[in-house]
Amino acid sequence: HGFSRIDDDFYEELEEVLIMGDLGVQATYDILDDLKAKVKEKHIKEPMECRELLIESIKEQMDIGETAYEFENHTSVVMVIGVNGVGKTTTIGKLAGKLRAEDKKVVIAAADTFRAAAGEQLKEWANRSQAELIGGQEGSDPASVVFDAVAAAKARHADVLMIDTAGRLHNKKNLMEELRKMNKIIDREFPEAYRETLVVLDATTGQNALQQAKEFNDVAEITGIVLTKMDGTAKGGIAVAIHAELGVPVKYIGVGETIDDLQKFDADDFVNALFERPKDDETSEEVSENK
Amino acid sequence: MAFDSLTEKLQNVFKNLRSKGRLTEDDVKEALKEIKRALLAADVNFKVVKDFIKSVQERAIGQDVMNGLNPGQMVIKIVNEELINLMGSETTEIQLQPGKAITVIMMAGLQGAGKTTTTAKLAGKFKLKGKKPLLVACDVYRPAAIKQLQVNGEKQGVEVFSMGENHKPANIARAAIEHAQKNGNDLVILDTAGRLHIDEDMMAELEEIKEEVEVHQTILVIDAMTGQDAVNVAKEFNEKVGIDGVIVTKLDGDTRGGAALSVKAVTGKPILYVGMGEKLSDLEQFYPDRMASRILGM
Ligand SMILES: Nc1nc2c(ncn2[C@@H]2O[C@H](COP(=O)(O)OP(=O)(O)OP(=O)(O)O)[C@@H](O)[C@H]2O)c(=O)[nH]1
Ligand SMILES: Nc1nc2c(ncn2[C@@H]2O[C@H](COP(=O)(O)OP(=O)(O)OP(=O)(O)O)[C@@H](O)[C@H]2O)c(=O)[nH]1
Ligand SMILES: [K+]
Ligand SMILES: [Mg+2]
Ligand SMILES: [Mg+2]
Repeated sequence: HGFSRIDDDFYEELEEVLIMGDLGVQATYDILDDLKAKVKEKHIKEPMECRELLIESIKEQMDIGETAYEFENHTSVVMVIGVNGVGKTTTIGKLAGKLRAEDKKVVIAAADTFRAAAGEQLKEWANRSQAELIGGQEGSDPASVVFDAVAAAKARHADVLMIDTAGRLHNKKNLMEELRKMNKIIDREFPEAYRETLVVLDATTGQNALQQAKEFNDVAEITGIVLTKMDGTAKGGIAVAIHAELGVPVKYIGVGETIDDLQKFDADDFVNALFERPKDDETSEEVSENK
Repeated sequence: MAFDSLTEKLQNVFKNLRSKGRLTEDDVKEALKEIKRALLAADVNFKVVKDFIKSVQERAIGQDVMNGLNPGQMVIKIVNEELINLMGSETTEIQLQPGKAITVIMMAGLQGAGKTTTTAKLAGKFKLKGKKPLLVACDVYRPAAIKQLQVNGEKQGVEVFSMGENHKPANIARAAIEHAQKNGNDLVILDTAGRLHIDEDMMAELEEIKEEVEVHQTILVIDAMTGQDAVNVAKEFNEKVGIDGVIVTKLDGDTRGGAALSVKAVTGKPILYVGMGEKLSDLEQFYPDRMASRILGM
């Protein structure tokens, strides 16, 4: 900081912040071009003002809209998808815990029949969250697990059916087709259900996350993003690029490995962290309250 | 592809200049801008890119490049050489203890990087070379982590040592080595829990394992899709625990894999293998030149 005027060095510092925050080159250059135009148009001279303008515009863009958590108020099916090891199963456990705390009836389907001990892992999360588990044998067809789970969710009048799927890289054609197939079964067997399809992204991921979001969107019409591992030092900035390109909002963030470590997304906190500013509500209070 | 390849872009930069007959310093800088962008697009760390561009620039300016017949190719050649240099100029193998002495390998890394899977992959690889591996379940936190290792161990036909979830990983490691001594296992691989590099207690746990038993190779497992944070992660693991080598996983995806370069640049430790899939045979030798081309998008 400490820039006295808006010059190349100043913009280079912003570039560094955005790139280091994992927004990616394309989004970074787009955002900076846009900022430069605004600075010119509004005759902005102060570096601090320019920085604030940038921060505000990203905050505005990351707004999640009003219907983001609408699925909680309906009989719904929440599909959870993503590449390997990002935190799908853990997120399901956390979200199930949250919904159970609101006294919702939750059924979880173990449609990862591939990874070693995926079923046992999910079972432990079902226990912790007090949700009901519909299991699948290792090696069995995930689509048939989905079929059984839909039947069970209906029979038990569940409020939310959550489906844990195997990690898959988005460039694997057959695995992506498998997802499409699972979706079709839900469409056919449970047309009245409200649909929520969450792609889980690891905040530590770089620009590949954009490709992930695009490819998953192609086969499964994603409705939201869960950004996990935000308790680390990565900023998860690629979500900004994804929001700009696909219009899909981040709905939750994961901030640890326990059942309580899932939070609703807060655009202000997210962008403040990106620019390493204190949270809005902490800046003044912390000094005065001296806590 | 949405982008032109870097090769194409550079050809374009230089094509415009050819009429002039020779390159100026500014021309080289223009080309380096494209290279910078390509590296950033591959998720190579911002600071690593800056240093890299600086050293390439020094080599490119004031050399035969500027007067050469095909300056575009020359610049690419320099970039490629420097990159391979940075990646480590040859493939490296995990160092085993001589003869029948037990080699102890400890796997470490962030959550979900691929440690448990890679543990089993390594076991398969060394079993084929006549070793008798013992896999050790030191992850006492993740639900069903032990079971996951057991299932994978069984698939590989190697023994898995576990003491459940109520012992300290350092004690489990010590007991495992005693077990190995009695049972003729000459390779012990410790699968540890995923942890954040800023989690002091969890990082101390790895140090404690190292104090309790002699670890010959500590391997950092890193996801190829990692972004700018890769340097923080690698630096902290290296400084706090000490690492001897790196395995980069999930390179079967379409990521350019700049994390590999970042990790190498900050730790100086060799990349040993790359994970190329979920199957337990999907572990391959690392080739610096291939990785360089992949990162550059060529
Ligand atoms: N620090 C941290 N770790 C997390 C978070 N979410 C998940 N994890 C950890 O990340 C690892 C992988 O989580 P999983 O839930 O198994 O991921 P997954 O996407 O289901 O993995 P696959 O099914 O193998 O593709 C585990 O060690 C989790 O405890 C988070 O928000 N913060
Ligand atoms: N496509 C692909 N998937 C991989 C590769 N290596 C591991 N995986 C997958 O990545 C996910 C996480 O792997 P794990 O071995 O459980 O990772 P971990 O580091 O032990 O995870 P924690 O113990 O939770 O920290 C699983 O779905 C693995 O199948 C690889 O090279 N390619
Ligand atoms: K973070
Ligand atoms: Mg899972
Ligand atoms: Mg593991």
